Amino acid sequence: MRGQVHKLGDDINTDYIISGKNKRDTFDPREMVKHLFEDIDPTLAMRIKCGDILVAGNNFGCGSSREAAPQVIKAAGVRAVLAKSFARIFFRNGINIGLPLLICDTGGIEEGDVLEIDLENGIIQNITRNRQITFRKLPAVMADIFQEGGLVNYLRKNQGFVV
Amino acid sequence: MGKTIVEKIFSAHANKDVRANDIVVAEIDRMMAHDGNGPLAIDIFYQLGGERLAVPEKTFFVLDHYIPCPNEDVARIHAIIRNFVKKMSCVLFDAQGICHQIMMEKAGIQPGHLVVGSDSHTTTYGALNAFSTGVGSTDFAAAMLTGQLWFLVPETIEVQITGKLRPGVMGKDLVLHLAAVLKADGATYQVLEFKGEAVKALSMDERITMANMAVEMGAKAGIFEFDEKTAAWYAHNGLTVEKDGVTADSDAVYAGKIEIDASALEPMIAKPHAVDNVSPIGKMPDTPINQASLGSCTNGRISDLATAAAILKGKKINKDVRMYVTPASRAIYQEAMQKGYLNTLTEAGAVIIPPSCGWCIGVCNGIPGDDDKVISTANRNFKGRMGNRYAEIYLASPATVAASAIYGRITDPRNLL
Repeated sequence: MRGQVHKLGDDINTDYIISGKNKRDTFDPREMVKHLFEDIDPTLAMRIKCGDILVAGNNFGCGSSREAAPQVIKAAGVRAVLAKSFARIFFRNGINIGLPLLICDTGGIEEGDVLEIDLENGIIQNITRNRQITFRKLPAVMADIFQEGGLVNYLRKNQGFVV
Repeated sequence: MGKTIVEKIFSAHANKDVRANDIVVAEIDRMMAHDGNGPLAIDIFYQLGGERLAVPEKTFFVLDHYIPCPNEDVARIHAIIRNFVKKMSCVLFDAQGICHQIMMEKAGIQPGHLVVGSDSHTTTYGALNAFSTGVGSTDFAAAMLTGQLWFLVPETIEVQITGKLRPGVMGKDLVLHLAAVLKADGATYQVLEFKGEAVKALSMDERITMANMAVEMGAKAGIFEFDEKTAAWYAHNGLTVEKDGVTADSDAVYAGKIEIDASALEPMIAKPHAVDNVSPIGKMPDTPINQASLGSCTNGRISDLATAAAILKGKKINKDVRMYVTPASRAIYQEAMQKGYLNTLTEAGAVIIPPSCGWCIGVCNGIPGDDDKVISTANRNFKGRMGNRYAEIYLASPATVAASAIYGRITDPRNLL
């Protein structure tokens, strides 16, 4: 997959991804897309195009356990989130819905860069800067869940957890 | 080689000898979802082809986030939960209090239990010596269907707290100090095990506050040993202790150790817009406030209300401050009424809000205005957290919130003792 980067900082919490008030009246993520990142950058939701990539620093997705957070990112058309580290619950939630969450050194990636991601081989090519980085492999159980496109498909197939 | 508390709990629930960094499938003792993330879990449960719950009597739904219901859309969402509970014969607590307080009062959580909840502050029950952690809606749906989840057995950081908290300094100040030390991701994927003489001296309500906020450092859980105070808490709440407490072995292996001298601490303030942006109160600039919010799953318990009432007794809150008080549950509301705390607080000028998450998460019952400065006993102060990104939130103990309400500016409660 290939996409353009929107760069975010450290400790982007799930309230910043989708605030409590904007998820109160619905649990359909499509209705929340216009409010994505509203409290930290009110125009970012409008700038995100289908196929774009989010790139963050440490601890992306900290805070609340709301699964609406990765759901809204996915519903906005974001293809992958790259971060130096992810908060625990968000990381599970994202993989559970089949959203690629890639742990890698995001330091050299800048706003607007174009990245080509090879999920199979764990390689991210920064087309703009002609640089290549690798991302960390998922633990086996998460890799299996991701492979199936998420936990719903995984459980329908396996009728339980296989570790 | 010995085991930590959570290595023992996971070994018991995976039916094999496991250590930190093992991946296991574990049986779940209790599971809880609320109106914030529960409806999505129900939707996913049906996507999974779910027809029956694995353990209905151990599956709990709590309506607490949007209470009293603010509009017809939310009323429809509440109806989804009520109908599901009826169909699945599981347990519902409808407008009776904040989920974490209700779960501790009414769900039969025992020391050594493994509990999951659709809320990050599910870490709260660590104060009862249970392993409890937050999960998303898909994981929750899977737990409802199978009674199990997969886990990475977490490493543990030992938090040794020596000395003694000085008067006017509370468990909340201790955990805010810990957030300053560890920062927002200092314990990610790990567990905080709280130990030491200062921990033994803490009230149960203060331990609950600290376990609640373990997740603000990224922790998967924050766990306390079971002692005579835990036993007394069960007795006070009319609950029976059915399991032995779980203690770590003396040769358990820890991923790290943090030492804190409680005697050296003063009241702490988490400044906007991060929980780890902490300052001792003595180093705070003059900060006028417009709103004081007392309550939440972090600090809405009886001793929190008692602390605030003692400070506000016979006094009036500042004319430029509105003060909202939210007891964490109906039982606490009643006890605070019987003990006269609610009377004292309303005489001082506070308004009592029904038990709910409303103002803490910015969905109802006390949204601040533009440029308002709020001092709050809750657990998060992110921009927009209380429903208005132009407001600023300062987190503090119940004592500091009460003292600040009187003077209309952030005030050291020790000046009023």
